[in-house]
Amino acid sequence: MGFGSGASCDITLNTALTPEQREIYQNPDLIREILNQSKNIVLIGLSSDPSKASYFVASYLQSEGYHIIPVTPRAGKILGETCYSSLKDVPIPIDLVDVFRPAREVPAIVDEAIAVGAKALWTQLRIIDFEAAERARVAGLKVVMDKCVKMEHGRYQGGLHWAGMNTEIITAKRKLTV
Amino acid sequence: MLNPSKRTFGFETRMLHAGHIPDAETGARAVPIYMTSSYVFKDTDQAAQLFDLKQYGNIYTRISNPTTATFEERLASLENGTGAVAVASGMAAQFSVFMTLCQPGDEIVASTDLYGGSITQLTHTFKKLSLDVKFVPPNDMEAWEKAITPKTRALYGEIVGNPGGSILDLESLAALAKKKHIPLIVDNTFATPYLCRPIDWGATIVVHSATKFIGGHGNSLGGAVIESGNFDYSHFPTIAEPSPAYHNLRFYDTFGHYGFLMKLRTETVRDTGACISPMNSFLLIQGLETLSVRMDRHTANALAVAKFLAGHKAISTVHYAGLENHRDHALAKKYLPKGPGAVFAFEIKPSGGDAREAGKKFIESLHVFSHLANVGDARSLVIHPASTTHQQLSDEELKRSGIGPGTVRLSVGLETLEDLLWDLDQALLAI
Repeated sequence: MGFGSGASCDITLNTALTPEQREIYQNPDLIREILNQSKNIVLIGLSSDPSKASYFVASYLQSEGYHIIPVTPRAGKILGETCYSSLKDVPIPIDLVDVFRPAREVPAIVDEAIAVGAKALWTQLRIIDFEAAERARVAGLKVVMDKCVKMEHGRYQGGLHWAGMNTEIITAKRKLTV
Repeated sequence: MLNPSKRTFGFETRMLHAGHIPDAETGARAVPIYMTSSYVFKDTDQAAQLFDLKQYGNIYTRISNPTTATFEERLASLENGTGAVAVASGMAAQFSVFMTLCQPGDEIVASTDLYGGSITQLTHTFKKLSLDVKFVPPNDMEAWEKAITPKTRALYGEIVGNPGGSILDLESLAALAKKKHIPLIVDNTFATPYLCRPIDWGATIVVHSATKFIGGHGNSLGGAVIESGNFDYSHFPTIAEPSPAYHNLRFYDTFGHYGFLMKLRTETVRDTGACISPMNSFLLIQGLETLSVRMDRHTANALAVAKFLAGHKAISTVHYAGLENHRDHALAKKYLPKGPGAVFAFEIKPSGGDAREAGKKFIESLHVFSHLANVGDARSLVIHPASTTHQQLSDEELKRSGIGPGTVRLSVGLETLEDLLWDLDQALLAI
């Protein structure tokens, strides 16, 4: 799950968005808020192939205490969780919709996310649709685009640092939780 | 902007803080030395997840270590890279890059102006692995382009050539690399990220011998690989294709812009064992914390020494691009505006006798410069490349690298400038 309070940080590397777009769709305080407040995370397009990026993200989120919900045309279970064919079929409140589908599918996903009252929408790296994202924002969803949920969680949780990656976090304050 | 989450912190602030947040348990301000080989798992599930790369975490210090992670992230931050992997030495750093990018039959194109050990690695060790190298003059762009074939996997050069003092034309080389869809690898050892950041000019990968100016005190070996995260590896066979060493994991597909570094760490360094000791990482971190202050003094002393030598009657040439008459002075001003480092060579011009003997006599007469095989120490160093660092090279290779029998290489340190000039003057009088 989350990691309490602490320094947020803007990450300027490896994004296709401009500084102005990052201000809206990659706001570090908003990212922290989403990761701290979400419990039920839907992964749209989660693969059952353990070598796929979406599977890595899902198993990581699960091990960090989140409840993952696969939305995919495939029936059965992935990582022990029941698969649903659409957001509308998910029987519990949705905190975050994490999108692993191509950008052309984002508008329809946004329509459904608004309809079911999801609290936040997140599109993974290079999945970008400004028009659809803006619609979600106007409808009251928190929106993050062109970011990876696992990388962002790892940035604040500390794991990304252990892998030698540049988290861009600079602070002289002591970590608050063990 | 007053919001700390939006602040872009300066180079010196990052030298001291990047990659280290005081831990919750002790609050230790200095970076702790985690002198441990291995790490206790939380449970069997976590152990399995770690081995499968599905969770972040430490397993064994050959692959990662918390002290080393601070060194890595700090260096990545200073180079404006997406991440870094620290290894045992500079030679291990460049070799890890080649081993990650290449497979048998592949080639790289490299500058002729390299450290002698690098030329040997690329020529002889490469051969044993069925890899090939083509050497080209560092700033002959036509030669670089002509040397590239469909089997070329990377371009490689040193930011400041060793010991001729040539400066790599980063922007032109990066444009060529981009056109050919291959990564440009730059050895930034002599500049350090304080004097030049190759990634800002379009380089994909930066390698360091951290033993030199980064550590800065001649006490610990180390190397590092930093990657920009900006290269599209989706059609690059060794990074994009399924890895049989990891259940057919596709590193680029799964880890995106971290893919290259993840593969380098969890395959190449894991399998070759060229890991850095946590103690060395700690000592190299100490070096990074004062890097800008030292480099300002190193370059100021180097320029003063170069000017002194250029005006000395016993010297024919000084190969320092900080001097206006050096062939690459304009490139130095462009890419290294604070100065082209503190390592350079010069040619002794003996009146009568042979240059090799004059070089030896000169080195033996020095009192403050230490005669040894290293550069980038806080102390001033001197060496005669033809009989030491470059001695494995043939006469032709020596000539190609710009090394003559009377070539002497200096690494200018932080001593009192007047003492350095005095020392050089009295030794030149002795020849």
